[in-house]
Amino acid sequence: MTQTIIDTANHIAAYAAKAARVKVVAAYPITPQTTIVEKIAEFVESGEMDAEYIRVESEHSAMAACVGAEAAGVRTFTATSAHGLALMHEVLHWAAGSRLPIVMAVVNRAMGAPWSIWPDFSDSLSQRDTGWLQFYCADNQEVFDTIIQAYKICEDKRVLLPAMVCSEGLILSHTFMPVKAPEQEEIDDFLPPYDPGWALDVDNPFSHANLVSPEWYMEFRYMIQNAMENAKRLIPEVDREYGRRFGFEHGGLIEKYQCEDADLILVTMGTMGSEAKISVNNLRKEGLKVGLARVRVFRPFPKEEIRKLAENAQMLTAIDRHVSFGMEGFLATEIKASLYSREKSASDPPLVAGFLAGIGGRDVTYRDIELIAKKSWKWMQAGKIEEETVWWNLRE
Amino acid sequence: MVTLKELPKEEYILKGNPACAGCGATISLRLMFKALGRKVIMIVPACCTTVIQGPYPYTAFKVPLLNIVFESTGAAASGIVAALKKRGIEDVTVVGWAGDGGTVDIGLQSLSGAAERETNFIYICYDNEAYGNTGMQRSGATPFGAWTTTTPTGKREHKKDMPMIMAAHGIPYVATVIPSYPLDFINKLRKAKQIKGTKYIHILSPCPTGWRFPGSKTIEIGRLAVQTGMWALYEIENGEFKLNPPSARLLDKSKRKPVELYLRAQGRFRNLTDRDIAEIQQWVDETWEKYKRLQAN
Amino acid sequence: MQKLEVKIPKSRKDLPVTPLSVPTVGSMGKTGDWRTFKPIIDYSKCTRCLLCWIYCPEGAIERGEDDTPKIDYEYCKGCGLCANECPVKAINMEREKK
Repeated sequence: MTQTIIDTANHIAAYAAKAARVKVVAAYPITPQTTIVEKIAEFVESGEMDAEYIRVESEHSAMAACVGAEAAGVRTFTATSAHGLALMHEVLHWAAGSRLPIVMAVVNRAMGAPWSIWPDFSDSLSQRDTGWLQFYCADNQEVFDTIIQAYKICEDKRVLLPAMVCSEGLILSHTFMPVKAPEQEEIDDFLPPYDPGWALDVDNPFSHANLVSPEWYMEFRYMIQNAMENAKRLIPEVDREYGRRFGFEHGGLIEKYQCEDADLILVTMGTMGSEAKISVNNLRKEGLKVGLARVRVFRPFPKEEIRKLAENAQMLTAIDRHVSFGMEGFLATEIKASLYSREKSASDPPLVAGFLAGIGGRDVTYRDIELIAKKSWKWMQAGKIEEETVWWNLRE
Repeated sequence: MVTLKELPKEEYILKGNPACAGCGATISLRLMFKALGRKVIMIVPACCTTVIQGPYPYTAFKVPLLNIVFESTGAAASGIVAALKKRGIEDVTVVGWAGDGGTVDIGLQSLSGAAERETNFIYICYDNEAYGNTGMQRSGATPFGAWTTTTPTGKREHKKDMPMIMAAHGIPYVATVIPSYPLDFINKLRKAKQIKGTKYIHILSPCPTGWRFPGSKTIEIGRLAVQTGMWALYEIENGEFKLNPPSARLLDKSKRKPVELYLRAQGRFRNLTDRDIAEIQQWVDETWEKYKRLQAN
Repeated sequence: MQKLEVKIPKSRKDLPVTPLSVPTVGSMGKTGDWRTFKPIIDYSKCTRCLLCWIYCPEGAIERGEDDTPKIDYEYCKGCGLCANECPVKAINMEREKK
């Protein structure tokens, strides 16, 4: 019997960590993640959650403590946002290089300077090169399900990489939504106890991660890339299995909505991805064949899925919630890179347009997305993209 | 009090490693293992010991050792302690082993946090009074007047008093040691192992490479450090300060050798003027007045 | 948890998922090659006090059954600490002949 919990995405993340039978949590408060660590503290102190809770003195220490605990053989969890994530940066590299399947909830919040507490993806996307898997959720149910799934994917011996499960601050973190949580026994059956790929053991001593010369370093990096490729295959499998058992699936790598016959496909992440479904419905009523591809997994980037979408579409429009300064939106770049052919051939790839919206938490409504789609549609008909990157709703 | 004969023969830091000839840290490592034995998990941040392990796929250590980023010895240790507790493993000693840079400078926050949380582990700072791994740049633990590559005319500020900072955290055990007094060293490590909570051990680790003296003099220089009062051997157990025998007798100023003997024996103090030496002598004397007051309480 | 086999790799397939190094004597090779001077023990003077054994930074002095110290010249770096600390001056540093 599943139970229905009506709560904020933050509290739901805490429920998920509890359901995943995490043994060590090391976390530090930061807006808008704080209610996750508070909820976990309640669970631990009431005895509902059988975990050691290390109330560390910074996020950098939070990740280092998770590395220590996971290296000593137990399942760990942490959560952060924005500057906390940025502060952890070097340890994120260390965790991935150590092949430790830590799962972290990232409650997306815009980076400073200046201070902002509102959501965009500047925090997590700035970490895309660290070797962490990245999931982007569109609602509270997905936050719960994805945290559970992430442990299963990451702890698989073919992966053994850490994962970030991202959800937009304030939009999801502080919004109540109903979530159906499976029974603990069913979750235990889906997610068995942690069986480490390696762990510190006095009966089998070794040094971990001492100096590796150019003679072997590249091979270790190759193995991480290989693990990412394995994750790409495993993620949809695990999502489908979760769906079969518990009734909820989230699209694997990319959630597709009305893409089969679409001329124009909107590609975006997070809550803009669920908002865009309403836009697609409205546009279709007007006769425009528009589809939505919500990129659920940004790392490993679903190149093959994007290429499949591009086979029948004439145009892909990326709606990004962060810009890589000096270049463009992340989705826009990665889509174009995925579509760039390795052969000289006669057929044209679809046009790719890049829109930036919602930066610093500016509201993006389904109307905005409809207008973005209509602008793209005009360019598609003309066969030419007038502006390489459009900053949507920018003040004069 | 243990004797040399009683000590085990087994080595957990293996010979043929990259340490400098005469390295004070490797003597200290040997002594630590004589005290603690096989069931130790070490956490080592960036420091000389990172290099002393040797290059992959070899390591000179025969205990499980987690290398970690420079700042994070205290935090990683907290994680390991929590994990072992969850796994019901009670007979393993968790040891954070860090240089002075990773302790008094960049590692201070995570150590302070671990201590405040009463993390059950032994933190050992082996202090060669500079950033040794990167070639002897100054650290907060570099003493007044010492040459380092970033203080070529001599450091102007005094050494950060890390043992006292740790004592201020209210942890159950703080001790200062030096490899020149091996039995005192081993006794203190064994005592630390029996205590629950955060234990802080500070080793003054004479460094021939950085302090500029011949490798054969490491133990002798350490002995001089104690005999001149530049380094005091003491314990602070549950807040109670107590000087240990080699140092206790030196409360009587006339029994302390002049600091000049210690300073002139090292190339890093070559630039000291007589006035500098007098200032250092005064600083030592004032420090010992403080020890006198602490001991009396 | 299964006991992980950690070994010296010859090819990529021997690699563990993350660098795990094997406890090895001579992790830096035969460090005896570093020496310019070599310690020689005069056993007629040696009192088996064990000070050289405990002070050797390398742990290159083996402690025999009756506490007789024996220097492992394959790894002794020639720092001279043993000679400097021996209370009866039973150890002499002699120049290596190469």
